[in-house]
Amino acid sequence: MNEPEAIATIAPFDVQKVRNDFPILNQKVHEQPLVYLDNAASSQKPKAVIEALEKYYTAQHSNVHRGVHYLSSRATESFENVRGKAQRLINAKHAHEIIFTRGTTEAVNLVASSFGKKFISEGDEVLISEMEHHSNIVPWQIVCEDKGAKLKVIPVNDAGELIFEAFEKLLSEKTKIVAVNHVSNTLGTINPVKKIIEKAHEFNVPVLLDAAQAVPHMKTDVQDLNADFYCFSSHKMYGPTGIGILYGKEKWLEEMPPYQGGGEMIETVTFEKTTYNDLPYKFEAGTPNIADVIAFGAAIDYLDSIGYEDISAYEKELLEYATEQLLNINGLRIIGTAENKASVISFLMDEIHPYDIGTILDQLGIAVRTGHHCTEPLMNRFGISGTVRASFAFYNTKEEVDVLVKGLLKAKEMLS
Amino acid sequence: MITINEIQDEIIDEFSFFDDWMGKYEHIIEQGKELAPLAKSYYVDENLVKGCVSQVWLHSSMEDGSVKFEADSDAIITKGLVAMVIRVLSGHPPEEIFNANLYFVDEVGLREHLSPNRSNGLVAMIKKMKTYAVGFSVKQEN
Repeated sequence: MNEPEAIATIAPFDVQKVRNDFPILNQKVHEQPLVYLDNAASSQKPKAVIEALEKYYTAQHSNVHRGVHYLSSRATESFENVRGKAQRLINAKHAHEIIFTRGTTEAVNLVASSFGKKFISEGDEVLISEMEHHSNIVPWQIVCEDKGAKLKVIPVNDAGELIFEAFEKLLSEKTKIVAVNHVSNTLGTINPVKKIIEKAHEFNVPVLLDAAQAVPHMKTDVQDLNADFYCFSSHKMYGPTGIGILYGKEKWLEEMPPYQGGGEMIETVTFEKTTYNDLPYKFEAGTPNIADVIAFGAAIDYLDSIGYEDISAYEKELLEYATEQLLNINGLRIIGTAENKASVISFLMDEIHPYDIGTILDQLGIAVRTGHHCTEPLMNRFGISGTVRASFAFYNTKEEVDVLVKGLLKAKEMLS
Repeated sequence: MITINEIQDEIIDEFSFFDDWMGKYEHIIEQGKELAPLAKSYYVDENLVKGCVSQVWLHSSMEDGSVKFEADSDAIITKGLVAMVIRVLSGHPPEEIFNANLYFVDEVGLREHLSPNRSNGLVAMIKKMKTYAVGFSVKQEN
């Protein structure tokens, strides 16, 4: 006979119970119940995160690391605990490989700037892909312009998948770093990053993954992936805005020069010469975003309490249902039909402009994103100016998919 | 001649007949469809008002002391809004255009379309219309 615990673990995922954890979902927009399908831009926050923020400012706030008094040492302990939580979340080898940044964008900029300073010179090449977010294009463009290096681009096929053979051809002894996303924010494509890393490492080229759209949806193991840099944002994974993580392998972070100068990142300062603090502090100049780090810890705990297994399984079910239902709409075509996808669907309907669709859906209480999603080169690749994007979180329901479909039919009727 | 504010009041009056959002948006879409087509030669970069999501082409000229605006947009709702702004501002002397206060947008409940985050190119278009008006008026004085 089964043990009672075993039965508990196979209890079905209860989406209604989960929805109660997110107060913001329970409201009306334009007199209609809110249907929030803009999770890839930013997800909503559970009570646990909101309460952690309030509790911190109400009872725990103090500056971290340098204080001898009670509040400061408590704040330091809570702050550093979150570094440990982030480490465990992605299975990093060391806690000091976790650097707190403002978000994925700052994490990529840190690596582009600091790694670029030390390791990229004239004639070198940086390899990115055609499906990158502007945040994983522009920082590399800046460093390439500065150093006289060249930006090379891995092309994407019609389904929205990276063309692996093209990637292999682009890799050479000139390549200094490969920077690609783990999951595409526009198409939802889950890229074969382990294979990409393996191949790049054959050339001793490190790989940076923009994982902003991966960590909210799936369990990650940076050691198993053998990723050199892994960047993600708290606000897309149910935590506060303004905080993100740069994971970097110790050997790279040790060799890279500091990104910004200031307090915290120094060992000793004289006017003649400053020596720098150890990892991770070398890359954390100034007073950090303590409150949001601590609340981010609450978001990680919350994700843990639900479990990635349930999250991934439920979101997959939602994605399949939504894909099927959307394709029932005459004239609707999905941009990004990769075999391996996260719960993101970009689409166009007839010749109707995404802005018009988004505006009508908004009137019906449905929040989607419209436009180029900060991936203009990818839009050019598909010969379109933008898409409508519905992105799902584990608190979305099949009923909400039905509301979306009904809304699209209404938009079609009004706009055709 | 009918003034800018009289046209705005006319639009507010038209919208007062709709008691739900759908009627309102259908009316906007209708005006977009009825907007006079823009000559092919006017779809040039200098006439492009780029929004993040939708974009607008705006051409202006001076006829008998009044500024004439012609425009188009790739999104029909934006185009409807553009048609309304043109209806209000086109055909008036430059100083009236740059002094105009477009209160009708608020009154008919379309304020959200003029928020800068909307990125539909409309705010930039109105700014450009006023800039043209100032330009034409300076030319006139010279």
